[in-house]
Amino acid sequence: MAQRTQQDDDVLVRVENAVKYFPVKAGGFIKHTVGQVHAVDDVSLVIERGKTLGLVGETGSGKSTLARCVAGLIPVTGGKVFLNGTDITKLSRGAMRPLRREVQMIFQDPYSSLNPRRRVGAIIGDPFAIHRTATGAERKRMVQELMERVGLNPEHYNRFPAEFSGGQRQRIGVARALALRPKLIICDEPVSALDVSIQAQVLNLLSDLQQEYGLSYLFIAHDLEVVRHVSDKVAVMYLGRIGEAAPAADLYDRPRHPYTVALLSAAPAADPDTAAARQRVILTGDVPSPIDPPAGCRFHPRCPKAQEICARVEPPLVRDNSTAQPAAEGQPPDDSGQPATDVPGGWAHVTACHFPVVPGENLATAGAAAGSAGKGAVA
Amino acid sequence: MALTAIVCDASPARKALIREWCGLAGGRNLVTLLEVKDLHVSFPTADGLVQAVRGVSFDVEPGRTLGIVGESGSGKTVLTQTLLGLTPGAEVEGSAVFEGSDLLRLDEDELRHVRGEQISVIFQDPLTSLHPLYRIGWQISEMIRAHEKSVSKKEAADRSIELLRRVGIPKPETRVNDYPHQFSGGMRQRAMIAMALALHPKLIIADEPTTALDATVQAQILDLLLRLQQDSGTALIMITHDLGVVADIADDVMVMYAGRAAEKAPKRDVFYAPHHPYTKGLLESIPSSKAAGGRLKPIPGQPPSLINLPSGCKFHPRCGYVFDHCLSEEPVLHPVAERGAHTSACWLPANAAGLSAEAEELREQVVQAERGAEAAGVAAAALAELGVSGGEATAGETPADNEGSVA
Repeated sequence: MAQRTQQDDDVLVRVENAVKYFPVKAGGFIKHTVGQVHAVDDVSLVIERGKTLGLVGETGSGKSTLARCVAGLIPVTGGKVFLNGTDITKLSRGAMRPLRREVQMIFQDPYSSLNPRRRVGAIIGDPFAIHRTATGAERKRMVQELMERVGLNPEHYNRFPAEFSGGQRQRIGVARALALRPKLIICDEPVSALDVSIQAQVLNLLSDLQQEYGLSYLFIAHDLEVVRHVSDKVAVMYLGRIGEAAPAADLYDRPRHPYTVALLSAAPAADPDTAAARQRVILTGDVPSPIDPPAGCRFHPRCPKAQEICARVEPPLVRDNSTAQPAAEGQPPDDSGQPATDVPGGWAHVTACHFPVVPGENLATAGAAAGSAGKGAVA
Repeated sequence: MALTAIVCDASPARKALIREWCGLAGGRNLVTLLEVKDLHVSFPTADGLVQAVRGVSFDVEPGRTLGIVGESGSGKTVLTQTLLGLTPGAEVEGSAVFEGSDLLRLDEDELRHVRGEQISVIFQDPLTSLHPLYRIGWQISEMIRAHEKSVSKKEAADRSIELLRRVGIPKPETRVNDYPHQFSGGMRQRAMIAMALALHPKLIIADEPTTALDATVQAQILDLLLRLQQDSGTALIMITHDLGVVADIADDVMVMYAGRAAEKAPKRDVFYAPHHPYTKGLLESIPSSKAAGGRLKPIPGQPPSLINLPSGCKFHPRCGYVFDHCLSEEPVLHPVAERGAHTSACWLPANAAGLSAEAEELREQVVQAERGAEAAGVAAAALAELGVSGGEATAGETPADNEGSVA
């Protein structure tokens, strides 16, 4: 099962077939499980040292759950998560503790992720106290160094979070995450609560810190332009699965999964000409319930290119070989072709689709034709 | 009034024609639906007076979309809520003439007839704007029956179903009986839009209608708003912090900063020939494919406190082109293009607009000259004090020194 496609020296985190289900309970006194929320379903990926893996997808696609599994905050239902070669899913709490220093998180909402009744110095100093690395004057000095590094005035050591603006609070969150010199920082929508002009300040800070400390980021955001800006590799999630993954430029310039194409075409562009010229792929309906995900390809009920096979057979995540020979329309690609050995987060462009989009194909018009034809059968 | 009615029913092409004709007739304002003049809104608080809106004027024409862009705290939401009397306790000055009557002078009863019937609002968070204990259909019917007393319950329910169908809710006959929590985020926002459309208003104010939604759902909702607007000729005010949304659906754009309009122009001018350094800064700080992987150019600092505003131009502490005049006097909107539709509140000369290298050079020259003049002035004054005449020789050197200290 172990997939060794890259030198392990380069890989900081390796997730193998991670599964996370949340039980759905019903009943009054005697609770019983009536279903499972398939939050993350058989996801594999790698995060390389010093690189950024961007994770995009809609609400409920399982991005945050996956991130929490990687951080070891919630146990996985199945699969393995290797951090520096150690499988953290099997570790006891005590054995896990030293490893927790290696992974830190920055949260979305700078208002609710900081305790309003504690002073900033104490908030940033917490990691030192918990891991007993520094005390007293030394801790204060280290906290003030951190504050200075993230662009806060160290003299504000004794202030409360309420005395800072949104951008400054996010800097406090960054300083706290940085305290123990982690190898991986998980950024869960770190800039979506910030104004545009402040957002750029925080993104620049994150990129400076990455270069200075050789950090790896798992960067979750719904703003596709932000993800493109910071990421080396990008993985697109839909209903708990990865639909497509590739190096950032490759994914944005040559998207192959119809969902990626729709997502990219839906992203607002701050340029009237681009906005006017672009042909939007408007997806019909909403994301289906993760309690009872659709059979076959999970995207098929909303896919403009869906065919009969998509409802039956789940497409494997395979390497892009379309540049050499595009798959003929209406014909599923040869199953015996490429085995699914390329893990998302690596350098290969992998797509889980029976009928990937070929360069130059117009999904907006194709969607209108195929969508209306296929809708009756799907609905 | 008659002309307004014609314009409302006209196709987009005809509307454009009529607008042009009105423009040629020298009366752009002939067809103005809403005319806001010098609006001031402030809130007395324990810490002092919060000056949320400080003298904003704008027009909305039938069938047009005005995008209001600004950061949090720029006053964009207070501005529109004040028009509908939704800011109790505020000190309001100015006028807002909608179809001949000043909204700010109406009493509560008259205002109730404007709200929902003439002007309706779509709020950002549809979950908190819908009542969780009432069925969606009931909430739409209630709105119809509150304004049109002659409508029976049955008729109102039928109209609710029709409205839900119009905004693209599948199986509206059954979904009309659902509660808000049974709808997804996008469907709730569609229900809000259905409610906003229920009484055929002349103006819809959409306050960050897509901010809480995913990109694909946002695209659906913007598409829907645009289509409905084309069908019905409703005017739209779109409040947003997202320049991408504005680029998509606005005709005209007003950029707000610290309670004032920094720049006001047709959409293309704002994006391709921004004059105000704040607009330029906003455009440059957005990550885009052109700058992927490189460094972003953020606007330094943060928006000012509305209780304790800086002197002169409120943007000067964050501006890269600041000179003495900016600190002493606040600029007002002045035209920066021949047509007069593009206005900007900045002391930089009118021709220093755009993102091109030439425009940048011109701006630099102006700033250098201004700073040089200041330095020369200071130097001359100092020399005069020392009793030395002929300060020209030293004035030539001082700008260079001075530049370092300013930047």
